[in-house]
Amino acid sequence: MMARKNLLLAVSAALVYLFLYLPLVIVVVFSFNDSKLNAEWVGFTWKWYGKLLYNQEMLTAAMNSLIIASVSAGIATILGTLAGIAMHQYRLRLLQMLVLAPIAMPEILMGVSLLVLFIMVNMTLGLISIMLAHITFCIGFVALAVQARISSLDPALIEAARDLGATPWQCFREITLPLLMPGILAGALMAFTLSIDDFVITFFTAGVGSSTLPLQIYSMVKIAVTPEVNAVSTLLMLVTLVVITVASRLSPAIFRGE
Amino acid sequence: MFVVSGLLFVLRAGKMVWVFTGMENGALLEIVDVSRHFDAFVALDKVSLHIKAGEFFTLLGPSGCGKTTLLRLIAGFDQPDGGDILLNGKSIIAVPPEDRPLHTIFQNYALFPHMTVAENIAFPLRMARVSKQDIRTRVAEALEDVRLPDKGSQYPDALSGGQKQRIAIARALVNRPRLLLLDEPLSALDAKLREQMQIELIDLQKDIGITFIYVTHDQGEALALSHRIAVMDHGRIVQVDEPTRLYGYPGSRFVADFIGKCNLLDGKVSEQQGGRVTVELDGLGSVYVCGMESQFAVGSRCALTLRPEKIRISRSSAIPGASDNLSAPSDPSPLSSFDGESHFPGYVHDMLYLGDVTVYNVTLANGVLLETLLANSASGRANFFEIGDQVDVAWSCDAGHLVLD
Repeated sequence: MMARKNLLLAVSAALVYLFLYLPLVIVVVFSFNDSKLNAEWVGFTWKWYGKLLYNQEMLTAAMNSLIIASVSAGIATILGTLAGIAMHQYRLRLLQMLVLAPIAMPEILMGVSLLVLFIMVNMTLGLISIMLAHITFCIGFVALAVQARISSLDPALIEAARDLGATPWQCFREITLPLLMPGILAGALMAFTLSIDDFVITFFTAGVGSSTLPLQIYSMVKIAVTPEVNAVSTLLMLVTLVVITVASRLSPAIFRGE
Repeated sequence: MFVVSGLLFVLRAGKMVWVFTGMENGALLEIVDVSRHFDAFVALDKVSLHIKAGEFFTLLGPSGCGKTTLLRLIAGFDQPDGGDILLNGKSIIAVPPEDRPLHTIFQNYALFPHMTVAENIAFPLRMARVSKQDIRTRVAEALEDVRLPDKGSQYPDALSGGQKQRIAIARALVNRPRLLLLDEPLSALDAKLREQMQIELIDLQKDIGITFIYVTHDQGEALALSHRIAVMDHGRIVQVDEPTRLYGYPGSRFVADFIGKCNLLDGKVSEQQGGRVTVELDGLGSVYVCGMESQFAVGSRCALTLRPEKIRISRSSAIPGASDNLSAPSDPSPLSSFDGESHFPGYVHDMLYLGDVTVYNVTLANGVLLETLLANSASGRANFFEIGDQVDVAWSCDAGHLVLD
């Protein structure tokens, strides 16, 4: 009876995981397939990865993505950290809502409204507009990660520091910041992956010549899913996976939805 | 251990913040009519206290009585809604916590988890801009003083509760504050370690001569440690006294009940001759209470407070079962044969064998349960009375203390 129940559980779990990961596995497998078609396995090759190195458009897009992700993650981390601290300190519902709303907002809505704004202020769409857009939706994630970390800290530590002679600034630099660092880093890495993967908002806020990796992949797929697309997707997946793993190690709390 | 004499000023960030004249007219710390409200809740209601230099002073009371709130006001973590706090005659209300020459020992020690033990102890010195070389020697001294000289490079997480406690003390004392505030510092330790740390705290305070203000809800701890105790209840100071006075001469029902075990026998004052007061105990009869210092108005309601260990319990002289003493509350026998003693019959309602002592709860004629204590000092197995035994309880006239309702 018990064994049958366990078998049932194992089978249903396997089916769910298959559903989730089979498409990803196919992409990875065919990125090593020595054939131009995603139809049948011919043989193993690295050549699609090699070809990427000579695809100028792809390299530019990758560089754009890295620049955008680094800058937006950096700025979002600073602002998000401050927001997270403020959310903890002042406990205002409104503040919480304002910071976190962009997370819940439909991406398409964010994209359209940002586009409208950029046009209204006569801003040329390009790397800057994409960065501004990415910062907007990344702040909330960093704030969440930082807030989760703060609420697990003993408030007596801050008081102890003041009590032992630290000014508010010294207290922040010597105690609060180092203790929040895992949360801040986790938030920064989250922001980086969100930015480097983003398609919808980027699609609306990108201009001519500011294509990012996801946009580039999309434009290639419009013609056909080539093994090259598989290769670049696999690389993107790898980067995301590594970054997310590091982030979850640093701050397990943010992945528990706290 | 720590040297405090000769400390005239504390230099912080290059400016002289505190000048201690050494001339203190009585109080090191004065708390004057301090109030603190949290919305409708009155945490402190016009509290006034004088704490002398070198004193081990305890704030004692049940949880929510305001003792921790008062400590936080002294430390500067919170601001009073009214009143003033003076250190050496100068108001410190407007002084931020980092500039007050006092330190706090927190309930959970609040050691910085990202710093080693040595870095923790060095923290207050670093904030006070002590030179690197001095920091090194003084941290080493401090570790010696708390007998943990080889723990400097470890992180707090690797320490036991008692060791964390000692490090917290070392960190708080390393730059020689005038005043040490301790917020239930022993509550996280187990009973045995707690007793050991109590003795260490007494010795430490005696050695360094720094004023301690200690917060606890544990009356036993307060009695054991303190020079003076302020008993607090509902945001007010109920009584300030030395431990022996507080225990022997409680000023109110609350104090009698809160400090140690205490029987409270209700009655009314019927006569006073000097220090000797005659009290008519409800349903029992008259007793003498001698050694009373204050005047009691005849007819006022009061309670006789009697500690269990001051009551003698003996086998009833009356023949068991034939005693009609029990139903004779008007019997004035304690007065007719005045020897300063009060005697009442009763029977053992229940008992509690605790090893060193046995607690007998005796039901008196008026139905009141009287807790008595018998030391098991007889050789061999001690088992003096059984449940249901007829017994006599007696106490001398100076055993109890009267409190007015």
